[in-house]
Amino acid sequence: MSFLQIDHVSKSFVTPEGGEVHALNDVSVGIEAGEFFVMLGPSGCGKTTLLRSIAGLEYPDSGVISVDGQRIDDIPAYERPVNTVFQSYALFPHMTVGENIAFGLEMEKVDKNEIAKRVDEALAQVKLDGLAKRRPAQLSGGQQQRVALARALAKKPKVLLLDEPLSALDLKLRRGMQIELKRLQQDTGITFVFVTHDQEEAMSMGDRIAVFKDGKIVQLDTPREIYRRPVNAFVADFIGETNLIEGQATPTGIHIPGGGFIARNHIAPDCTFGDSGTVTVAIRPEDFQLSETEGSIHGTVRDVIFTGDSVRVHVQLDSTEVVASLASYGVRVPNRGEKISLNTLEHSARTVAS
Amino acid sequence: MSKKVKKLEGRPGQTSPLLALPTVLFLTIGIGIPLVLTVVYSFLDRATVGMGVKWHFNPTSYKHLFVIENLDGTTGFDTRWIKVLWNSFLYSGVTTVVTTFLSIPIAMWIATRDENKRNILLAAVTLPFWISILIRTYGIRQIIDDNGPIGTIMHKLGYAHYHIIYTPTATLIGLVYVFLPFMILPIYSSAERFDFRMAEAAYDLGARRWTVLRRIVLPAIRPGIIAGIALVFIPALGSFLQSDMLGGGKTNMIANVIALNFGQARNWPFGCALSVLLIALTLVFVKLIQWIGKKTTGEQVNFV
Repeated sequence: MSFLQIDHVSKSFVTPEGGEVHALNDVSVGIEAGEFFVMLGPSGCGKTTLLRSIAGLEYPDSGVISVDGQRIDDIPAYERPVNTVFQSYALFPHMTVGENIAFGLEMEKVDKNEIAKRVDEALAQVKLDGLAKRRPAQLSGGQQQRVALARALAKKPKVLLLDEPLSALDLKLRRGMQIELKRLQQDTGITFVFVTHDQEEAMSMGDRIAVFKDGKIVQLDTPREIYRRPVNAFVADFIGETNLIEGQATPTGIHIPGGGFIARNHIAPDCTFGDSGTVTVAIRPEDFQLSETEGSIHGTVRDVIFTGDSVRVHVQLDSTEVVASLASYGVRVPNRGEKISLNTLEHSARTVAS
Repeated sequence: MSKKVKKLEGRPGQTSPLLALPTVLFLTIGIGIPLVLTVVYSFLDRATVGMGVKWHFNPTSYKHLFVIENLDGTTGFDTRWIKVLWNSFLYSGVTTVVTTFLSIPIAMWIATRDENKRNILLAAVTLPFWISILIRTYGIRQIIDDNGPIGTIMHKLGYAHYHIIYTPTATLIGLVYVFLPFMILPIYSSAERFDFRMAEAAYDLGARRWTVLRRIVLPAIRPGIIAGIALVFIPALGSFLQSDMLGGGKTNMIANVIALNFGQARNWPFGCALSVLLIALTLVFVKLIQWIGKKTTGEQVNFV
């Protein structure tokens, strides 16, 4: 049994039209102590419902949730050893920063001096020392976010639940907070369960990622594994960027539109496919190379986009369009309208279930 | 070639200030002049015969607020008007407290319904405004009358010697009934803006139901409560219909005395002096409520 154990949890909603939606469809997952666990998926996939079920803000129809050997799904939110950082921060506007952080400790009837000490500690943890007297409205979005974090951390929860906490921040601030959150998690050793729809955020922070779709976990693995070995086209497309190409299987490789051909030895060895029929090939943009000789994939350059760290070349292969990401420096960049050949790196292409 | 550029005056969306003129004039004439007259009249002599005043400076009305001249020529401290004032403040205060406690749960309940239901419920709250206050007060009188439904039930239960009509209780029932919507509406508008995710956060941090209500919800709807207090307490101070029609004149409020002096007693200066005293005390209370509002919410509360 894992530290945070979720067993066969289901929950369905009735839509205003009278239909039934399975927000969670028999989800089971074990999260280890001290783990940074990310739940990733598009909106409406059930990740937030699961997080709120752990917090006690929503009650699943069936299933068992336990933390550290204690069953928690049948006790109210205020008795659970977990705390949440909300997407909207949900800071109390009529209280100062210090009072906000102290609130949760007062509920536990912690001694006054101890509260003052732990408020200072929590503020230091999120680098907001000296701002205890401010009101939330006097802080920037990033600072409010830190207060929300400090308020939950001060309770020293067994599991910290984070519901898309960084989604309201701008990109630069978000990247900074990602690193800080990761460090904070490693320093405190608290188990983090982090919900996000941002795959880049998920990969940069998570020890493991659970990819959700339609109320189910479709893949659960480390970021590296999920990126390199997506179980299906949905994961391949959702995590990072992928070119999904429909091809025809042959005993020696796969024919792709535009007269291209990917030989078996260019496809990852763990991928198996038949000797005939339609298969979906997934190729990451960075796995393409421009071939000066006769390459394996042929097409016409439609757009060339310079992004700074790379040059993205959109190539039309008959009916499909693929994107190749080439180095922006030191290699030849093709021109618009040019007929080019591309090669794939060895073992980089994958066949995926659609 | 000169082309005149039409400059946008004021802020976008702002209408001409001239459009506000009729209302400004109306308010000046309708409120300013009567206010000045009230103060002026209070320093004049009462008319020898009939209505009105005699234009002769005489501040004796103010003396009569507190001093009684006995028939034998001696004078004493007159507590009658202070008692009436105290009554007015008491009834207004009780009305304010009762309506506040009644309004918070109902306003919270309405604010948490879905939009369609909310609109229907709000319409129900404002429905009494469609009917004249006089007719509504008659209605209340029918209900609490000894021969009305409540009286009949009490009679059957053997409590015939208890009466509601023409008692202070009747006055209070009338006041609470009339002023309830004025408390519900501002509290509702605060409650509607309340972000219930904050209640969730409090719950998540270990707070139970009553703690969430006391420490998170109540402070959030406090501006509505304070606005409601101002909207109920101040007009209730000046109300006279309820004490007149339901209280049977036994529970005089200050407005009843003022009306009496302008009517049967024909002592306009004294009525004016009472009015000035009421206005002054009301202002003190407005400032007090504002001060409390500022103290508790940290923001300026502006309703007057």
